[in-house]
Amino acid sequence: MIELEGLTKRFGEKVAVDHLTFSVRPGIVTGFLGPNGAGKSTTMRMILGLDRPTAGDVRIDGTHYDRLKDPLTYLGALLDAKAVHGGRSAYNHLLCLAQSNGIPASRVAQVLETVGLTAVARKKAKGFSLGMGQRLGIAGALLGDPRILMFDEPVNGLDPEGIHWIRNLMKSLAAQGRTVFVSSHLMSEMALTADHLVVIGQGRLLADTSMADFIRANSRSYVRIRCPQRERLRDVLHQAGITVVEAGGGALEVEGGKAEQIGELAARYGLVLHELSPQQASLEEAFMQLTAEAVEYHAQAGPEPAPRDWGAGWKEA
Amino acid sequence: MSTHQPPMQQAPAAAPGGPYPGYTSPIPVVRTHLGHALASEWTKIKSVRSTLWTLGVFVLLVVGIGLMAGALVESNSDSETLSGENPLSFGFFGLLLGSICIITLGVLTTASEYGTGMIRTTMTACPSRARVLAAKSIVFFAVAFVFTLATSGFVAMVQASMLESTGARTPTGGDWLKATVGISLYMALLGLLSLLIGSVIRHSAGAITIMIGVLLAPLVLALFMATESLAKLREWLFEYSIPNQLSVFYANSLSESGPSGWDPLWIMLGLTAVVYAGAYALLQSRDV
Ligand SMILES: Nc1ncnc2c1ncn2[C@@H]1O[C@H](COP(=O)(O)OP(=O)(O)OP(=O)(O)O)[C@@H](O)[C@H]1O
Ligand SMILES: [Mg+2]
Repeated sequence: MIELEGLTKRFGEKVAVDHLTFSVRPGIVTGFLGPNGAGKSTTMRMILGLDRPTAGDVRIDGTHYDRLKDPLTYLGALLDAKAVHGGRSAYNHLLCLAQSNGIPASRVAQVLETVGLTAVARKKAKGFSLGMGQRLGIAGALLGDPRILMFDEPVNGLDPEGIHWIRNLMKSLAAQGRTVFVSSHLMSEMALTADHLVVIGQGRLLADTSMADFIRANSRSYVRIRCPQRERLRDVLHQAGITVVEAGGGALEVEGGKAEQIGELAARYGLVLHELSPQQASLEEAFMQLTAEAVEYHAQAGPEPAPRDWGAGWKEA
Repeated sequence: MSTHQPPMQQAPAAAPGGPYPGYTSPIPVVRTHLGHALASEWTKIKSVRSTLWTLGVFVLLVVGIGLMAGALVESNSDSETLSGENPLSFGFFGLLLGSICIITLGVLTTASEYGTGMIRTTMTACPSRARVLAAKSIVFFAVAFVFTLATSGFVAMVQASMLESTGARTPTGGDWLKATVGISLYMALLGLLSLLIGSVIRHSAGAITIMIGVLLAPLVLALFMATESLAKLREWLFEYSIPNQLSVFYANSLSESGPSGWDPLWIMLGLTAVVYAGAYALLQSRDV
C-alpha cells in the first residue's frame, strides 16, 4: 500500500505536483494517467525518496521509503530505462543491485530469463535498444521479488509481443496480492490492464476511481440521426418514449443502441433519414476531455503560465 | 508469476501478523547494512572499462616515468653526483602525472552515475545517502591506495638499487615509509577529494577540470606573481600547492619553509574531511 497525503513538489515557480492525496492498494493494478508533464514521474520519485516533497507526505505501508530495511525486496521500481551505466553489462548491473540488498546472485539469472535478456546478459547496456533497456529496467524491478511494484511508462519502446507480455505480467503480479502502480499516457492501454485509475493533470488529482466505474461513466453508446424533417421525427420518437437530445450540426442523438427501432419508426411515418449511425465514445476521448479541462481551469485560475500544449513538458525536459 | 486468475477487485484479507496485506516473497528478507553497499560498489568499480583505463595509464605513468627518471640520472652521474641525497625521490615525477588518473577515477566514481542516471537506481536500492557516499568512498580509497602503494613501492625498490652507485644515501625506514605508504595515503585522499567534488558538481568533465585546476593553478599563479608586494602570497601558493606537498614526502621540498615531514598528509586529511562534510550535507538536501 502506498499512501500519499497532500504531496506537493515545487521546482522554483513551477508546481509539478499539487496536493496529491490518494492511496494505491494491494492486489490490483492501479493505473496512473496524465499527459506529458503532468507530474507522474515526479510523484514516483518522491515515493522513492529521490525527490524531497515540498509539502505533504508519502508512506509505503506506513513507513517512509528511506526507512525500509530491505528496499528492493519491498518495492521494485522501473523509473527510467536509461538509469543504467552504459558501460556495464546487464548481468553486472543487476548483480550490483542484488548485492546492495543481500539478494542471492542466483536471482539475477532468473530475472534475466523472465524478461528475455539471457542471451545478451554479458553485453554492455549502451548497445541495448529502447525495448531491451526497458526490459533490463523491469528485470531490476523484479529482482527482489517485491510486494510493491512501480513502473513508469513500462510499455515505452516495447514491441507488441512485449506489450502483451508486460500487461499479463502486471496482472499476474497483482493477482498474487502485490501492489502494482503503473503510469501511462494511454487510456486505452490502461483500460486493458488497470483495475483502478488515478488521473492527474498539471500536478492535480482529476480522478481516483475504479476502472469499471470510469468505463461505465465514460463509454456511453448512442445513435446519431440526421433527418430533414427534424421536428416531425422528434415528435414521433417522443411518442414512442425515446428521449432525443440536440447534438451539434443539426444532428440528433439518442442514448443507447436503439438504431433498429428508430429506423422502423421512421419508415412507418415515411420520414427520410440522412444518417442513422450507432456511436461509441472512446475512453481516450473521455481522458483527453478530463485533462484538457484541467489545463483550461489552471490557465484561468491564476498568474500561471499560459495553457501548454501536451508536449510542452516533454520538450522542456 | 504464472497464475492468470483475474485480478481481485478488493484487497485480499490481511496477512496474518501484519497490518498491511499483500504478497510475501519466498526470497529471504535481509536487513541491509554497509557491507552490502560495499559489495555493490566493488562490483560497480571493477565492472566498467573506465576503471581499467585510468588505473592502467596510472601504472604505466608511475612505473614508466619513475624507471626512466632513475635510468637517466644513473647514466648521467658518477659516484659523487647524488652524494647524500634520497634515491627514492625520483618517483615523484611519475606520481605527479599519475595523480591526474587518480583524480579522473575519483570523479567518475560519483559523477558518472549522475551522467548516466544510474544514481537514481543506486539510491533506490540503497536509500541511505550517507551509506552510499561512505561505500563509494571506502571502496575507491582502498583501490587507489593499493594501486599507488604497489606501483610506488615497486618504483622505490628499483630506484634504490639502481642509484646505489651514484653516491645517494641509503634510505632510512622513515624515507621508505613516506615514499610508499605516505604518498599512497596522500594520493588516495586526493582521489577521494575528487570523488567528493564529483558528487557535488555531478558532472564528470566539470569536476575533473576543477580538480586539475586545484592541482595546477597555485603553481601557475605563483609563476605570474613576480611583483614584490605579492611575494608572501606567491611563496605560500608555491609551498602549499599539491605538487610541492607531494615532493615533501621525498624530503626534497622545492622550498625551505612550508609543510615538512608528514604535514601534507594532515593538510589533505583535514581538507578532505571538510569537503566530505559539505558533500554529505548537499547530498542529503538535494534531489537525486
Ligand atoms: N528536476 C526538475 N527541475 C525542474 N522542473 C522539473 C524537474 N523535474 C520535473 N520538472 C517539471 O515538473 C513537471 C512534471 O514533470 P514529470 O516528469 O513529473 O511529468 P510526467 O507526468 O512524468 O510527464 P511524462 O508523461 O512526459 O513523462 C514538468 O513540467 C517538468 O518540466
Ligand atoms: Mg514521466
